[in-house]
Amino acid sequence: MTSTPSSHERRAALGDPVQAYRRMQEIRSFEDRITGLFAQGLVHGTTHTCQGQEALDVGLANALRLDDIVTCTYRGHGIALALGMSPEAVLGEIMGRTSGCIGGVGGSMHLSDLDVGLLPTFAIVGAGLPVAAGAALAFQNRGEDRVAVAVCGDGATNIGAFHEAINMAAVWKLPVVFVVDNNLYGEYSRINLTTPVTDLSRRADAYGIPGESVDGMDLDTVGEALSRHVAAARSGAGPSLLEVRTYRFAGHSRADQATYRPAGELDVWRQRDPLVLRRAALIDAGIASAAELDAVEQSVRAMITDVVEATSAVPEPDARAMFANIMPPLATSTGGVR
Amino acid sequence: MRMRQAVVAALADEMRADESVMLMGEDVAAAGGPFKTSEGLLDEFGGLRVRDTPISEMAFTGAAVGAACLGLRPVVEIMFMEFLGVALDMVVTEAAKFHYLSGGRITVPMVVRASVGSGGGFGLQHSQTLENWVTATPGLCVVVASDPQTAYGLNRAAIRHDGPVVVLEPRALYPVRGDVVTGDAGIVPIGRARVLRRGADVTVVALGQTVGVALAAVADAGVDAEVIDLATLVPWDRDTVRKSVRRTGRLVVVEEAPESGGWGHEIVSSVTSAVFSDLTAPPFRITSPDVPVPYSPALEARYLPTREYVARQLTSYLRSGTVPAPWWIEEGLAR
Repeated sequence: MTSTPSSHERRAALGDPVQAYRRMQEIRSFEDRITGLFAQGLVHGTTHTCQGQEALDVGLANALRLDDIVTCTYRGHGIALALGMSPEAVLGEIMGRTSGCIGGVGGSMHLSDLDVGLLPTFAIVGAGLPVAAGAALAFQNRGEDRVAVAVCGDGATNIGAFHEAINMAAVWKLPVVFVVDNNLYGEYSRINLTTPVTDLSRRADAYGIPGESVDGMDLDTVGEALSRHVAAARSGAGPSLLEVRTYRFAGHSRADQATYRPAGELDVWRQRDPLVLRRAALIDAGIASAAELDAVEQSVRAMITDVVEATSAVPEPDARAMFANIMPPLATSTGGVR
Repeated sequence: MRMRQAVVAALADEMRADESVMLMGEDVAAAGGPFKTSEGLLDEFGGLRVRDTPISEMAFTGAAVGAACLGLRPVVEIMFMEFLGVALDMVVTEAAKFHYLSGGRITVPMVVRASVGSGGGFGLQHSQTLENWVTATPGLCVVVASDPQTAYGLNRAAIRHDGPVVVLEPRALYPVRGDVVTGDAGIVPIGRARVLRRGADVTVVALGQTVGVALAAVADAGVDAEVIDLATLVPWDRDTVRKSVRRTGRLVVVEEAPESGGWGHEIVSSVTSAVFSDLTAPPFRITSPDVPVPYSPALEARYLPTREYVARQLTSYLRSGTVPAPWWIEEGLAR
């Protein structure tokens, strides 16, 4: 095996189009493997996979600087990997092992690595929006040209935190981009059953900020849009709302077979699979040959297999881990008023 | 100075010492705070560090979490404790968890200040203490002011702590005057109870608004009681309370909260288990009844245990060695 690249190296690699494709394949293979690990009993609890949304993950990572900040949802494996976290750290956490990014006390819904700008991912719908606004507030107060991006799902557009955070960020012109990953389903319910205005970027009008909807299946389209919105926030233009239209190829969580979807809907979206589109684009542009991309896919699958094998051998945490990092120490000064 | 001025002084002292400290809340900037607990801060520190917010507790409390993760030390003001209900996620499920959820790499040095309690005629949706909303969350500290000194010193300690702290300020005490030691000598450390009166016959533990009530009741009753202001509810000072009860053999907790589910259960249970063999009478709690805080002044005055009632309960307890019935049972109003 070659030496393991650092998270920063993994992030920088995305500038190369073939490497960006490789990362999309890595996310897909990773998520497919997670589904299999459940069947083998090697992963317990719940998990939320993101097959079909890889263009958003990689496009987002490519639009950001390392010192920018992301808050995202419990469907966060893809964004974590795209931002640069290692498959070892992500899988270790999902399998509850000491090699996980926080040693296995968090699990699938709680990935984080501030070295690549990822705050702990949120298991509460909508909670990441106010927190991202707060990160942006810190940048604004210190005069830094950093940007925060909050990624939420279409379901989050109906919770109070969404409205409150965007309204407040607009009033204060905070450097934050609100990205709605509209995969058409909030948990098990289709968007038209829960949301009267399904063209979600129109919500921006309510806050007097720019809003835009883009195809989330094409890496170039989503990447270009994200770069533009991030640049605007960085330049002091204030927040904006970007709806990224994707599709969740899997169910909401591992227990969900998604039988509520209309017959044929998945097949239609599969024709616009972001990996298929990206592969064709690379070949059409003469950037890589079919054989080269086949080799990338095989190499990624072999790497994931290695990571699964290695992680399965990592020990589970001992009881000391559950008592660590509850809170920072209290001041031990004996002075003060009694 | 008045307690509300002590709060201003604490905020101003910390903001002068550390430019990462900031304040957010409804009407805290231009208006100087609905209870005048931030008067003058906008003028001195400017609009980035003293921010009037929309009426959006979820947004600004959540923004404090994000700002704290990125190096600021935000203080948010929750005008009435009840309003924290719409933002509780940000305190209990986000702020209190991020240190754990980052393997200790992220700290969340934020303070949530909320006015609490009865006595102002604000009605039942603006008069609760509700401290039990935040006491069962590891990672969160909870402190309660009982006078101008603790309002100053606990707020300063809270701002300096690297984790999230909830500071509860009994609203009825904002106009109360008292001497305040300012500067670092005036800091009241988190986690330490204050023994306000030494005594041999009974330990009386109080918090917030009941501290003054307990002190007055002990004086009225002429009993030799040790009065302890718990000051920090999480993590509360077990050592000081246990040591006192070992000596006195008796424990009474005076609470402004409904009898069921109140914080005093924690104190009584923990102390009873720890010092059982030293007890000479059963520990008990003097609380509010299990009712919403009523509006009529005649009724609201009976919600918080009064000094006369507490004195009567203490006298009866010390004379008989048994637990007296609460007034609502004596008067046949409830069971």
